[in-house]
Amino acid sequence: MNWQGWAEIALTLGLAVAIGWPLGSYMSRVWNGERTWLDPVLRPVEALFYAACGVDPKKSQTWFGYAGALLAFNLVGFVLVYAVLRLQGVLPLNPQGFAGLSGHLSFNTAVSFVTNTNWQSYAGETTMSTLSQMLVLTVQNFVSAATGATIAAALARAFIANRGEGVGNFWADLVRTTLYVLLPLSFVLAVVLVLLGMPQTLAAGVTAHTLEGADQKISLYAVASQEAIKMLGINGGGIFNANSAHPFENPTPLTNLITAVSIDVLGWAAFFAFGRSVLAKKDIRALVVAATILLSAGAGIVYVTETQAAPALVAAHVDASVNMEGKEVRLGAPATAAWVAMTTGASNGSVNGMHSSLMPLGGGMAMFLMHLGEILPGGIGSGIAIMVVMAVLSVFVAGLMVGRTPEYLGKKIEAREVQLAILAVLAIPVATLGFSAIAAILPAALKGLMHSGPHGLSEILYAYTSATANNGSAFAGLTANAPWWDATLGVAMAMGRFMPIVAVLAMAGSLAAKPKLAPSTGTLPTHGGLFIGLLIGVILILGGLQFFPALALGPIVEHFQVLGAVAQAH
Amino acid sequence: MLSHIRPALASMGLFTALLGLGYPLAVTGIAQVAFPAQANGSLLRDAKGTVVGSALIGQPFAKAEYLHPRPSAAGTGYDASASSGSNMGPLNEALATRVKTDADALRVENPGAVIPADAVTTSGSGLDPDISPAYARFQAPRVARARGLPLAQVEAVIDRNVQGQLLGFIGQPRVNVLAVNRALDARFPKGG
Repeated sequence: MNWQGWAEIALTLGLAVAIGWPLGSYMSRVWNGERTWLDPVLRPVEALFYAACGVDPKKSQTWFGYAGALLAFNLVGFVLVYAVLRLQGVLPLNPQGFAGLSGHLSFNTAVSFVTNTNWQSYAGETTMSTLSQMLVLTVQNFVSAATGATIAAALARAFIANRGEGVGNFWADLVRTTLYVLLPLSFVLAVVLVLLGMPQTLAAGVTAHTLEGADQKISLYAVASQEAIKMLGINGGGIFNANSAHPFENPTPLTNLITAVSIDVLGWAAFFAFGRSVLAKKDIRALVVAATILLSAGAGIVYVTETQAAPALVAAHVDASVNMEGKEVRLGAPATAAWVAMTTGASNGSVNGMHSSLMPLGGGMAMFLMHLGEILPGGIGSGIAIMVVMAVLSVFVAGLMVGRTPEYLGKKIEAREVQLAILAVLAIPVATLGFSAIAAILPAALKGLMHSGPHGLSEILYAYTSATANNGSAFAGLTANAPWWDATLGVAMAMGRFMPIVAVLAMAGSLAAKPKLAPSTGTLPTHGGLFIGLLIGVILILGGLQFFPALALGPIVEHFQVLGAVAQAH
Repeated sequence: MLSHIRPALASMGLFTALLGLGYPLAVTGIAQVAFPAQANGSLLRDAKGTVVGSALIGQPFAKAEYLHPRPSAAGTGYDASASSGSNMGPLNEALATRVKTDADALRVENPGAVIPADAVTTSGSGLDPDISPAYARFQAPRVARARGLPLAQVEAVIDRNVQGQLLGFIGQPRVNVLAVNRALDARFPKGG
C-alpha cells in the first residue's frame, strides 16, 4: 500500500459523486418533462416514439398500470433477445461464423440482459456475433438501464403527490431517460474511448505474425460503443470474456479511471435527481453520504486485502507485496480494488481483475457489497429506490424506539409501506441463500465448480448473489453454461429484478395516495449525522447479518486457511 | 396487459433500430474516419507492412533474446481470441505448483535477484501487454547474454520504454514487452 494507491482510489470514488451531482439535476429535468438543451434535436424523435406506440406521455398511470407496462416491455425484450440468440447462425453480420446459442444459454442470457444483470455464462469472443452484440445486447444495455431509472422517477412522484393517483407514465420515463440521458452520454463516451485506444470496427479480427514467427488471431468488435453503455448503464456485460481486464476494453490507466467513474456516475446522478424531484435535496444528500461511507470502506478493505501476502507467492519466495494473480500490470492493486468495490456496490458486474483470484476477504467483500442490496449507488434509479426503502425501514425502526408514527419525506409510513419495503429487500436473501443451499448438495450443480472446499462454496454463493442482485460479476472458475446453472441463475435474476420493482411501484402507489405532510416538531430529521448512522446500521444488519453464516463458511474460513498457509511457508 | 403490447412492440422496434444499429454504426463511422489506428486494434506493422501484433495485446515470447511476458491463461497462452484469467483461488494447489515451477526456473536464470510477483502470476485477461519495470530489469542479463550485448545497452532500451504513472499516482509503472522487443530488434539486428 502507498499514498499513490489511496489517492487513486479516493479520486476514482470522488469523481463519480462530483460528476453525478450536476448530472442529477439534468436527469431530474428529464424525468419532470422540463426543457433541456437537447430538446431541438430530440423532441421530434421522442414524438415519433409516442406516435408509433400510440401513447399519451402526459397521461399519468396508476402504479398497477405503470408496472404492467414495464413488465410487458421487458417481456417483449426477453422474447426478442432469446430469438436473435437462437437464430444467430442464420442471421447476417456474423463474420465470426458463430452458430446459434443453446436453449438454456439463450434463456439465461436473455433474462440476464433484460434484467440489467449482464451475467455471462458464455465467453463473448467465442460465442457472440457482431449482430448479436449490437442488435440485442447493446439495445438491452440501454433499455434495461432506463427501466431501472423509471422506478425512481415513479417513486419520486409518489413522494410529492398530495392524495394523488398516478405515478407518471412508464413510456415517457423510458423513452426520455434513454434518449436524453443514456444515448448522448454514451455517444460522447464511446468516441472518447476510441480515441484512447478502444477498437470500433465491424471486422471480426486480424491475424498477426508475431516476432517469434507464430500466428496470433486477434478478435475485434465494435467495442467502444458497447463499452460506453456497459459502464454508464451499470450493465457490466463485456464484449470479451475477460471483460474490463482485456486490454481492448480497458487499454490504459486513463481509460480505467474514466470507465470506473462511469460505473457510478449515473447511479449517483439518480440519487441527486431524486432529491431534486422530491424537493428534499438535503435528505437525499444524507443517503449519498451513507452510501459513500460504506463504499469507501469496501474499497479500502479490498486494497488492504490485495496487498496481503498470497500463500503461493510466499511459498515460492517471490515478492509478495501485491496479490498479482488475476490482475493487470497497468492497473495493479489500487485500481483493481476501487473497481471491485464500485462494480459490486453498483449493480455493474464488470471486472478489471479476476474476482475468483482475489484474497479471500477481498472476494468476500465483493459479495458483501452485493448483499447490501445494490444501493452503493446500485443501478440507475433502482439503486436510489432501494436506498429509499432502506430509509423507510430506518424511520420505521426509529419510530418503534420512540413510539411515534414514522414519516419520510412528508409521507406517513404505515404497515403497508413497511410490508412492501420488506418484500422489496427479501428477494436477495431468499433467492441467494435458497438456491445456494440446493446447489451445494446437488451433483449436477457441483460438477460446474472449479474449486472444492470453502472457495467452492464461495463460487456458488457468489453466482447466486451476483444473479439475484442483478450484478453479473462472477467467481469465473464456475462453469455456468450448463442447464442447472443457466436455468436457476436465470430464475434468480428475474426474482431479484422484478420482485423489488413491483414492490417499490406498489409502495409508490400507496404513498401517492397519502396527504403530503409538513414537518412537525415530532418528525425525526432525516438529514443529519444521527440518521446517517441509523441508516448505515439498518443496511448492515439487513444485508450483513443474514449472510454472515454463509460468508463464515466461505471467505472467512478460507481467510484463516490462508493465514495458516502463509505462516507455514515462512 | 393487452393494451401495453402495442407500445411495447413499437418502442422495442424503434429502440432496436436506433440503439442497435444507428448508435454503433454512427460511432463506427466516426471512429474509422477520425481514429482509424485505434478503431482497428492499434495494430503494429513491420517494414513490409505485415501485421506483427497489437500495441495493446501481449504475445508469447520464449526465445532468450527477447523479454518474456507474464504467464498467460488465455487459451494455450496469449490466445487473443480467447481471453481468460486462471480464476484460481489463493489456496489453489495447481496455482502453488505453477508459481513454484516458474519461480525456480527464473532463479536459475538470475540467481539472487528478487522475483517480482508479475513474473509468476497470470493476468486477468491472459493478454497483459505489460510487465513491471522490475521484471523487465530482472530479464535484462539474460537478454544481454543471448544478444552478446553489454547489460547497460539492454537496460537503456528498457528504461526508455518504462511508462510511469499518470499524474504520478494513477495506474502502475509498466513496460510494454512487444515495444521493447521491437526496439531491441531495430537497434541490434540479429547477427549484427
